[in-house]
Amino acid sequence: MARMKFVCDAERCIECNGCVTACKNEHEVPWGVNRRRVVTLNDGVPGEKSISVACMHCSDAPCMAVCPVNCFYRTDEGVVLHDKDICIGCGYCSYACPFGAPQFPSSGAFGVRGKMDKCTFCAGGPEVHGSQEEFEKYGRNRLAEGKLPACAEMCSTKALLAGDGDVVADIFRQRVVQRGKGAEVWGWGTAYGSKQAGQPPIGAKS
Amino acid sequence: MTPSIAVMVSLVTALGLSGCGEKVQTLGGSKNGVAAYQGADNEFVAPGWTPGDKTSWEQRLKARARNNQNEYSKMTGTTK
Repeated sequence: MARMKFVCDAERCIECNGCVTACKNEHEVPWGVNRRRVVTLNDGVPGEKSISVACMHCSDAPCMAVCPVNCFYRTDEGVVLHDKDICIGCGYCSYACPFGAPQFPSSGAFGVRGKMDKCTFCAGGPEVHGSQEEFEKYGRNRLAEGKLPACAEMCSTKALLAGDGDVVADIFRQRVVQRGKGAEVWGWGTAYGSKQAGQPPIGAKS
Repeated sequence: MTPSIAVMVSLVTALGLSGCGEKVQTLGGSKNGVAAYQGADNEFVAPGWTPGDKTSWEQRLKARARNNQNEYSKMTGTTK
């Protein structure tokens, strides 16, 4: 199996926030913590684009590199997880992450920053798979239940794809072929630096 | 020190340092030592695969991704 990956198809995302809701419900994430969120560029302008963002489970994760207590680890499926028993809530991972994935719940009367929380690719944490302890700290472990992340499975337009990298790439490739757009897809130039990429509307930030 | 020796020393040093800077990107196992394909300890495990069988788990996840996320696979006999 290849590594587990997320891909969000900006041509399909309709900013319904179904993925955000599915994630918060599945893992009973507290107020103030958003493991996943939908970002819209050029909101209100014709041609606006939305994309669902969470931890991308980087192959060379900057959060892992900067963590002073080495609480991160990577599973055999390429999912980046962390151990909340080791995390000290310093926030270095938050500064290092280019996607803003690490979240910090406020706790106590003065809003003390708690231990880091982030998308687990619905793969739980270091506790026993499917146990109550794991659920309370990290949420459901859908991978161990033979399921894929709730956000992608609940996506109404199937904009958000999750799963084995090879399968996800195959699905996306078929879509590109079917709709006749390849390098024109929004974000392609940003990701791959292609000069053939579609240009954003004049005056719009890309 | 002659210039040639100085160049050689600096090259060896640079090569040595570049070797130290390369990070290993190999995957690690689960921290609790139990892989995801071993299954979850609850009643929510999806049917259609055998917990503990890695191949069965991988095939189940791949099928789930293809069947649930690719609507083109449901449009048999059509090209558009």
